[in-house]
Amino acid sequence: MPEPRKAKLAVWKFASCDGCQLSLLDCEDELLELAGAVEIAHFLEASRATVRGPYDLSLVEGSITNSHDAERIQKIRRQSKSLVTIGACATAGGIQALRNFAKVDDFIATVYAHPTYIEALAKSTPIHDHVRVDFELRGCPIDRRQLLEVLGAFLNGRRPNIPAYSECFECKRRGTVCVMVARGTPCLGPVTQAGCGNLCPPHQRGCYGCFGPMETPNTASLSGWFGSAGADQAKIRDLYRSFNAAAAPFRRESERHD
Amino acid sequence: MTKSKTRTIKVGALARVEGEGALYVRIRGQEVTDVQFQIYEPPRFFEALLQGRMFAEAPDITARICGICPIAYMMGASHAMEDALRIEVTGVLRDLRRLIYCGEWIESHVLHAAMLHAPDFLGMQDAFEIARGHPDVVTKALSLKKLGNEILEAVGGRAVHPVNLKVGGFYKAPSRTAIRALVEPLKEAVDSALYLTRAFAAFDFPDYNYDYQFVSMRHPDEYAIHEGRIISSHGLDIPPSAFLEHFREEHVKHSTALQGMTTDGERYLVGPLARYSNNFDQLSDLAKEAARDAGLGPVCTNPFQSIVVRMVEVLYACQEALRLAEAYEEPDASCVEVVAGAGEGHGCTEAPRGICYHTYRLDDDGRILGATIIPPTSQNQRQIENDVLGVVQANMDMADSDLQWRCEQTIRNYDPCISCSTHFLNLTVDRA
Repeated sequence: MPEPRKAKLAVWKFASCDGCQLSLLDCEDELLELAGAVEIAHFLEASRATVRGPYDLSLVEGSITNSHDAERIQKIRRQSKSLVTIGACATAGGIQALRNFAKVDDFIATVYAHPTYIEALAKSTPIHDHVRVDFELRGCPIDRRQLLEVLGAFLNGRRPNIPAYSECFECKRRGTVCVMVARGTPCLGPVTQAGCGNLCPPHQRGCYGCFGPMETPNTASLSGWFGSAGADQAKIRDLYRSFNAAAAPFRRESERHD
Repeated sequence: MTKSKTRTIKVGALARVEGEGALYVRIRGQEVTDVQFQIYEPPRFFEALLQGRMFAEAPDITARICGICPIAYMMGASHAMEDALRIEVTGVLRDLRRLIYCGEWIESHVLHAAMLHAPDFLGMQDAFEIARGHPDVVTKALSLKKLGNEILEAVGGRAVHPVNLKVGGFYKAPSRTAIRALVEPLKEAVDSALYLTRAFAAFDFPDYNYDYQFVSMRHPDEYAIHEGRIISSHGLDIPPSAFLEHFREEHVKHSTALQGMTTDGERYLVGPLARYSNNFDQLSDLAKEAARDAGLGPVCTNPFQSIVVRMVEVLYACQEALRLAEAYEEPDASCVEVVAGAGEGHGCTEAPRGICYHTYRLDDDGRILGATIIPPTSQNQRQIENDVLGVVQANMDMADSDLQWRCEQTIRNYDPCISCSTHFLNLTVDRA
């Protein structure tokens, strides 16, 4: 009997910092095994060799910020059996979506001497605004253990086991003392999806929302707590307006404090 | 091919670099008439989106410029804010900053040298192909890279975009146990770094030398990583605050990254070659000896040998991290107290790819009024284009596909970080 065909894996980049793709190369213990288990068909950060589509699984990093990329993602979707977005840029627009709250022409003029050389859309948008997405893996950056879970799941035809509950659960499970209760430190943990591995509160800082909004976040209530702990409107607005600023629940809450 | 016609070689999207770029080379007869290192990475406008944010947010926001070298951005921003707010981070906290920066040098340099650059010297497509023929090289490289990441995690809480760094120091000082746990692996890492330095020194290096203007930092007491003055091989010696008096950026049509040059319009080189050549005397004895055994003099002018220089720096970084980890005792306070206020500050550190400069102006509340960030790849762009010109001119008889690969390799000499510089690469060679 012939050996079963290896799944074709492709990795694509849009506007981003490369950190989420790097998380794949950061799986040092699993990387060579993974490279043996799949056909790495398109992964420009790691290889010159590219294989034409169609692809079994496409991992997409980055957000859509210009018309060229808006067209490119359509082609990638057509060539991909499954498409998984990785990281806050791809799932929510990323930190570059702060332009969505300003005039993009002002942003271009601030950075570039010849604004006419630059083509940019008014907004930085997540991939799901443009094409159907089979799964969204959150994080700024993504967690590499979660990435391995998602790869394993898609290569074996099952749903990934990625929790949608809040970061608070990770603190409780680990026995991390609540930074809001004990120190009055504003923390987005109650409204942020778990998955980072519980990083900020154990370092005595508040969660800053890298993994974006949880399933059903009660942001209005949390903002009330921030207010009574002494945070002013601008501070509350900026807490929600960072790496997942354009994710709907965070966007709406930040706009309430504009 | 006919020598009197125009030749065109195209690379749509350059591989094994961080970010998106292209190269366009046009040859008429025996003359290279145009070289454009094109950066089409979509801009993300960091300098604009920082306006109005609090000074304390700059390290976490600017980290997102680059997932490969976030420490360079976090520390450059922190130093600039500390300069603006007139505070100084010293003692154990300064040592911890140097330790985590060593982790970033190890992780980034090993990724580039072993996984992205080495395949060019072996005529291979990627490190996965190397792993099939030389598994020991790749497994040693992966274990070194992993250790770099473990340093980042021990001090910073996370390898990509660490959470524990702030203006003034750290949110929480790492435990003595966590840092001492790095000691034994770092002792082994010194041997692995020596092994890889020797393995890469045996490569055939294309014969190309250039009289570069090397720009790097220099510190009186140590091989400069995170602090020092800015010096050049042409006699410059300035504090970071004078950077913009001596260097500027220009916006060209074929690049979304601004191109750096001296105020006199001269190109220059930043990165491992510049640091090594300017500061060879400050390397450890073992690193100097490894460099000599690898065939390097105290100044290195062949950019293809940068892969060896990177490994010499990895060796040094492992030794330095070992020294710092062995000496670590938990500090009384995890940070220096910072009071928000108005000011203007400058910060410059040695990112793995070269000096990275930040300056900010703050209002009375500590909100950012203006930000300028000049990453290493922007500064290297003109020199990269010039090297490609030199390499193509010297290899005019090569077949198009070989010449294209040689051009890619020339660009990868710089470990260009295109995500960083747009604040990068397709290759087109157009021959007539």
